[in-house]
Amino acid sequence: MSILVCIEGDEGIIKKTSIEAVYYASETGKIIGDEEVIAVALGSYDTAVLENLGNYGATKVIHVNDEKLDKSQIGVYSEIFAELVQTTSANLVIMSKSSFGDNIGGRIAGKTGASIVSNVVALPNVSSEFEVRKSIFTGKAFATVSMPEGLKILLVKRNSVEVNQTDDKAVIEQIPLPNALNFHEKITGSEKAEGDVLLDDAEIVVSGGRGLKGPENWDMIEDLAKALGAATGCSKPVSDQGWRPHHEHVGQTGVKVSPNLYIAIGISGAIQHLAGVNSSKVLVAINIDPDAPFFKAADYGIVGDAFDVVPRLTEKVKSLK
Amino acid sequence: MKILVCITHVPDTTSKIAFTDNNTKFDVSGIQFIIGPYDDYALAKAVELKESNSGNITVLCVGEVNVEPTMRKALAIGADDAIRVNANPTDSVFVAQQIAAIAKEDQYDLILMGRESIDFNSGVVHGIVGSLLDIPSVSPVMKLEIEGETAKMTREIEGGQEFIEVQLPVIAGCQEPIAEWKIANMRGIMSARTKPLKVIEPVACDKITSTLSYEKLPAKGSVKLIPAENAEELIDLLKNEAKVL
Ligand SMILES: Cc1cc2nc3c(=O)[nH]c(=O)nc-3n(C[C@H](O)[C@H](O)[C@H](O)COP(=O)(O)OP(=O)(O)OC[C@H]3O[C@@H](n4cnc5c(N)ncnc54)[C@H](O)[C@@H]3O)c2cc1C
Ligand SMILES: Nc1ncnc2c1ncn2[C@@H]1O[C@H](COP(=O)(O)O)[C@@H](O)[C@H]1O
Repeated sequence: MSILVCIEGDEGIIKKTSIEAVYYASETGKIIGDEEVIAVALGSYDTAVLENLGNYGATKVIHVNDEKLDKSQIGVYSEIFAELVQTTSANLVIMSKSSFGDNIGGRIAGKTGASIVSNVVALPNVSSEFEVRKSIFTGKAFATVSMPEGLKILLVKRNSVEVNQTDDKAVIEQIPLPNALNFHEKITGSEKAEGDVLLDDAEIVVSGGRGLKGPENWDMIEDLAKALGAATGCSKPVSDQGWRPHHEHVGQTGVKVSPNLYIAIGISGAIQHLAGVNSSKVLVAINIDPDAPFFKAADYGIVGDAFDVVPRLTEKVKSLK
Repeated sequence: MKILVCITHVPDTTSKIAFTDNNTKFDVSGIQFIIGPYDDYALAKAVELKESNSGNITVLCVGEVNVEPTMRKALAIGADDAIRVNANPTDSVFVAQQIAAIAKEDQYDLILMGRESIDFNSGVVHGIVGSLLDIPSVSPVMKLEIEGETAKMTREIEGGQEFIEVQLPVIAGCQEPIAEWKIANMRGIMSARTKPLKVIEPVACDKITSTLSYEKLPAKGSVKLIPAENAEELIDLLKNEAKVL
């Protein structure tokens, strides 16, 4: 039996969340015993990049090296993955919980009749049934879910496993693009978010709220982020007012982040904002109001004026380098 | 244009989450239920499309009788009729099969959903329905325009956005800023009472997952405050104590 991992990449680079998915699959293989971990990569990748998936436990990589797949079209990707689920007689499919995994995991489930659990936060427990733990209520709680016999699909939340690395290399098997694919979706263009560090992948996030008064004051946030090698985020009203782009908006209705460190500056800590950050390892709040709700959720806090405190923090970080 | 909007009935975003019966049941006491915020975007978009293209909006919810007030809210906001599939929606595949069964019977040009439900946060129902119906599904959609038989969409991806064109029919998982949330007016609320709400029994679905138990997020310890005069100390603590720098 085998475990299939659907790889998500961007211009030949495999996403960190997909590396976590490979590692999750290989650890699960050890739990359920004697499983081959097959990663599937679609589109153009260098051989070395794919071989290195072996570092995280993939035994084999199936690669459909075709430019037509360089952009991840939901329909076509799902068809190819679903087909490979059958031909490799996989009993488990793993991918990351992301805009890729949501769409593709769902479609594979519909096509193959698999059961599916999304937002999984820990390795399965198979002592009696196949049980997984998932995050629910936007990070406010967890559920333990048992899955029925047969093909299963798990979408794994980012930062749910701590990845270890070996020197092992995966074997690569190239296969041609299957015929008779239906390219329903036409991707007519794309736009990249600005900034050096992507919010989704960031280890550190520096986020600003309405307390910063206006977009002209974001230099301060960016300077601190730059010094820390962090991504920048914001609260909903900040993106609603167009101070910052929409994709930076963190929370219930925005991006859910789970970095090692989240620094909230001039953000009150509304429950909808906290819903997007509550799985961060360490939360820091900087707010002028000692009664700001964020202090109840934070690990560290500074009651003070952001305009005074933040530049000093930036200087301090720079002095450590 | 015939539009189906699938909505969830979920706790208000400010709700404190608790469980009863030895952590096997969600505690509904004191909870205000709302239309899922993403589903609310889907509904708002449907209303906008109807205003500019005419058509019909059916709102669908898989849920027990307690979801009906939430469905009436959707009718008040602008849906024309409603279908409730009488079942406790505990599994994504189960829910998707119900939606697909209805959509097979009644052909819709557009099926709008939320990008995800805020109780189970799965984000997969649209994809499952899409493959069951063998039509495209796209999520999360921030912008949607219909030109003839083509849907032009902007989809958010990690690290940017993507522009997609597909032929109708299509399923879209909606998120802001696709449309502004709509508030029901008095006329809407009055007319919602008499709009048709059909109740049907679920189709059978065998292999489903079941939730064994729940657990609340462990409570946080209290915050360590650093006086503003010594703000720099924060960086030392993050480095040496929390070890995150
Ligand atoms: C259904 C729903 C979904 C929502 N989803 C989200 C979401 O995903 N994300 C989100 O963020 N919000 C969301 N919201 C909105 C949320 O309820 C809050 O309104 C929002 O988070 C507040 O943003 P804020 O903290 O930036 O602004 P405010 O609440 O105005 O807070 C500004 C803070 O800045 C502090 N401040 C002012 N001056 C200074 C200074 N000089 N130095 C330091 N601090 C200062 C103030 O003390 C205050 O605490 C949602 C709301 C609803 C109803
Ligand atoms: N019980 C339900 N009834 C109707 N639609 C639903 C139901 N559950 C989920 N959906 C739709 O599917 C979307 C994604 O839900 P989920 O996959 O559970 O995160 C939601 O935003 C709804 O539009």
